[in-house]
Amino acid sequence: MDSAGLGVRRGLAFVAPALVLIGIFLVFPALWTLYIGITNYQLTGPAAANPQVVGLENVLNAVRDPLFTNSVWLTALFVLFSAVIGQNALGFGLAWLLRPANRWLRRTIEGLVLLSWILPGTVVAFLWFAVLSRDTGTLGVLLGSPETSWLVEYPMTSLIIFNVWRGTAFSMLLYTSALAAVPPSQLETARLVGASGWQTVRDVVFPHIRGHVLTNTLLISLWTANDFTPFLLTSGGPNHRSEVLPVLIYRQALEGGELGYASAMSLLLLVGNLVIALVYLRLLRRRA
Amino acid sequence: MSPLWMVRRIGFYVLITMVLAFFAVPMLWLASAPFDSKPGLGLRWPDWTLRNVTATFDHPFTLSSLVNSLILCSVATVVTTVLAALAAYALSRVRMPGRDLLLYLLLLLSSVVTGTAAMVPIFVMMLQLGLINSQFGTALVIAGGMLPAAIFILKDFMDAVPRSYEESARVFGASPRQVLSHVVLPVARPGVATIFVWAFVNAWGNFLLPFLLLRDVGQQPAAVLLRTLYDEGGSANLRVIPVFSLLYSIPVVVLYLFVSKRYGFRFHGGIKS
Amino acid sequence: MRRTTGFGLLAVCGLLAGCLGQSQEGDQARNADAKEITLTIVANAAEGGKNARGANWLRNWVIPKFTEQQKAKGVTATIRFEQNGTGDEDYKTKVALDLKTGGGGDIIEIDGIWLGEFAQAGQIKPLDEVVGDTGWDGWNQIPKAVQGLGEFDGKRYGVPMGTDGRVLFFNKKLFAQAGLPSDWQPKSWQDVLDAGARLKTLPGVYPIQLNAGTAMGEATTMQGVLPALAGTGKPIYDNGKWQGDSPGLKDVLGLYQKIYGGGLGDPVLQQEAGGRQRSFQLFSENKIGILLESDYFWRSVVEPKNGVAKMADRDTAVGWALVPARQPGAGVGGQDFVSMSGGGVRVINPNTKYPKQAWEFMKFLNSKEAVKESLAGTAQTTQRQDVNDEVLKGDPMLTFISEKVLPITRYRPGLANYPKVSAALQQATADVVAGRSPDEAARAYREALVKAVGEENVG
Repeated sequence: MDSAGLGVRRGLAFVAPALVLIGIFLVFPALWTLYIGITNYQLTGPAAANPQVVGLENVLNAVRDPLFTNSVWLTALFVLFSAVIGQNALGFGLAWLLRPANRWLRRTIEGLVLLSWILPGTVVAFLWFAVLSRDTGTLGVLLGSPETSWLVEYPMTSLIIFNVWRGTAFSMLLYTSALAAVPPSQLETARLVGASGWQTVRDVVFPHIRGHVLTNTLLISLWTANDFTPFLLTSGGPNHRSEVLPVLIYRQALEGGELGYASAMSLLLLVGNLVIALVYLRLLRRRA
Repeated sequence: MSPLWMVRRIGFYVLITMVLAFFAVPMLWLASAPFDSKPGLGLRWPDWTLRNVTATFDHPFTLSSLVNSLILCSVATVVTTVLAALAAYALSRVRMPGRDLLLYLLLLLSSVVTGTAAMVPIFVMMLQLGLINSQFGTALVIAGGMLPAAIFILKDFMDAVPRSYEESARVFGASPRQVLSHVVLPVARPGVATIFVWAFVNAWGNFLLPFLLLRDVGQQPAAVLLRTLYDEGGSANLRVIPVFSLLYSIPVVVLYLFVSKRYGFRFHGGIKS
Repeated sequence: MRRTTGFGLLAVCGLLAGCLGQSQEGDQARNADAKEITLTIVANAAEGGKNARGANWLRNWVIPKFTEQQKAKGVTATIRFEQNGTGDEDYKTKVALDLKTGGGGDIIEIDGIWLGEFAQAGQIKPLDEVVGDTGWDGWNQIPKAVQGLGEFDGKRYGVPMGTDGRVLFFNKKLFAQAGLPSDWQPKSWQDVLDAGARLKTLPGVYPIQLNAGTAMGEATTMQGVLPALAGTGKPIYDNGKWQGDSPGLKDVLGLYQKIYGGGLGDPVLQQEAGGRQRSFQLFSENKIGILLESDYFWRSVVEPKNGVAKMADRDTAVGWALVPARQPGAGVGGQDFVSMSGGGVRVINPNTKYPKQAWEFMKFLNSKEAVKESLAGTAQTTQRQDVNDEVLKGDPMLTFISEKVLPITRYRPGLANYPKVSAALQQATADVVAGRSPDEAARAYREALVKAVGEENVG
């Protein structure tokens, strides 16, 4: 096991700096946040002077709050369609289709896809306003219906398409390298027996990259579930129709000053993340 | 040249063109609006001018905010990459009890802390540590939030480095440190480079933490400045925003191009779970 | 591993211990004779960004002048100016965190509406508790109503920085085309709706823009619900109770329904993220007939030189009229016309090291000379009557605000619960715009209100 001859002691020394930093700047504030979640703490007003521990009241209120349930539903849709299906499929599709393509084409597409991933969120928001806004928006002009305000009339669809655009790069990178690990001889055999593209993917490629699919799906699901960029595009509107959880939490914490309540919702988001991770671990274990 | 083959070929190119358009069209704004005499939220052939550029450079904080961003993100990125690489290597090679569980827990906690709900704890803690108004302190907080995911991804890279390399190196009497720097790192370099860019991009876009932890506009990074380009009624200053968006995007693109040319930008060998 | 845990625990203990106490308020005369002082002023203003004029004034005029003045008295004063310039909510969070942790600037500029929240949280204190004697000849120059912006629960917490007023702006060119008078002054809501119906005959014109929905945030409450509600006779907060689904509120929501359900306004615009800005743009392009806004619209939006939606012919093309009550005499206090006002306030941090000097600096900031200088040649309603008398003369719109609007205006209740009530009101208008009936929207509003402030506080 210990091929590097590190030894447990030296191994710990390698891990320690990262753990210290994580301990101070991540674990400690995170636990504190979870504690705030059981108080009625507010940023200003009387409850700021004397916060009281209210136990699970915040959590119960959240579960009963139609805004919260609406938000959970939207987040689930957002993760399912933009990450689990959209980014996964497009990322894999690009990786698969571009294998035989020439170098120049491949580089151009990879470069563009990566650019959409690395541009700062605020800038990306402006780019998409220019696509989706009314009257002058590119999409409206292209489709010949400039009077459509896409972000108002189809808020979730817009966000999902946006997030596919924004996040596909990671899946594409990961699948490109995963496909490189599939033995070429097996692909060749599949071709010789006349298997179709889809059959090849299902019977030859997928068993090899199953682990990658799961890792990829976990990471992009978590990132999407916690993504705050939708706020920059729609602020959760119109009328809460695109208010995914991070946006709801932000609005409760900053616009409402309800830090206790917002923290309790963060806790629930964490539980949601935990469920995603557990499902993933189970699938992974079943494979092994 | 069977007809079927032709159809497939055409289908392939139509598909590729659509994908290209999907990814390219939104970016055109960044090429047109900065140089348009009447920039708006929409795409049009610009009425060319450089007045927006002059206006942007006349803004007192444009350049300083970019410099601040560079300092802040360099520190955060270097700290993240180095510590994550060390930790990922050790976690990949040494069997430690509860290793996977620990990694997952940290990954999950990182989503709580990057959210807004954690701002009071972070603020109060930084105040007590005397790190308010410190670029370095702010960079550490950002790094702390990124470390779990970085370790998580890098560990898979490290797992993919064949152990036989290290074993042979040890046979020739190399110390663990030498093994790491001369054998493992060169092989894992594309992965480290990828994490480096990933961390930089994440830190580069962070708004809330620098805004709360650094006191004055003069010390704040570009991500904060971009959000201040509004007038008293909250209307966006569209003369400055497009040019500044462009300036603000250049460093990440340059970094990506540099890294991808020099080290290759891909998950070579892959995340192997 | 153990070492890590040990260090972690140590850090935690240190932190928790440090969080308790350490405030230095108390003695008002502390450091009163210091020869070297440092004062920090915090504002949501930044050079080249939000409120750039205020930022330039502080940096280039106030700081050098005040330092010089102190020097003449043998005091070395260092004045620091912390520039911000971001969204109001972000700024408020930052100020609240500062005050909560016993830090922050010595003089802080806040929106008057936050005063009550900070006061109720104990984060700011009445001015005389902080600095002792607050006698100042400047008070005579600040009208009573404007002083109210800096007061909470009958106590004075800060000095207001000026105020504004809300009116109906209208496009005289469109009015002429629709056969409406250029000196239009509606006497009732019906008059406004009638004018809207006439404007509707013009192609491509949205007759009325009355802000609605949650996307516009506070602009919906201040430039929509509250002026309308004031026109039904009772303010939103009255006799210690918040107004629930009263007949007045239902009337207001009915007004929204008539506008947005009746094709007199653009419902989609109310829901867009950049809707307010777009409404400005449309007005300047002669596509909106009537728009309720504060005088900010005149000064900074359609202003011909630097406005965000410039109108070269503003002076001839833009008219204004008082906001009418539902019908004559139905407004608050039996008024025929109503308005709402707001404005910023400067407060002194209770934790300041130099209370006496901070107050001195505050008086300097509000001196006639300084206030006049802060306008940099433009016109605006300041807190000081003597300055207003001089600078507003040349501007008919702002003279109108100061002479006709300010005497009839109302301010929002600066209570901690106000933002929640405001959000509930915005939601109610959003519901109506989305097609729900005013009765349904009012019921949902009442539920939200009860949840936010408690049953016992709803009237």
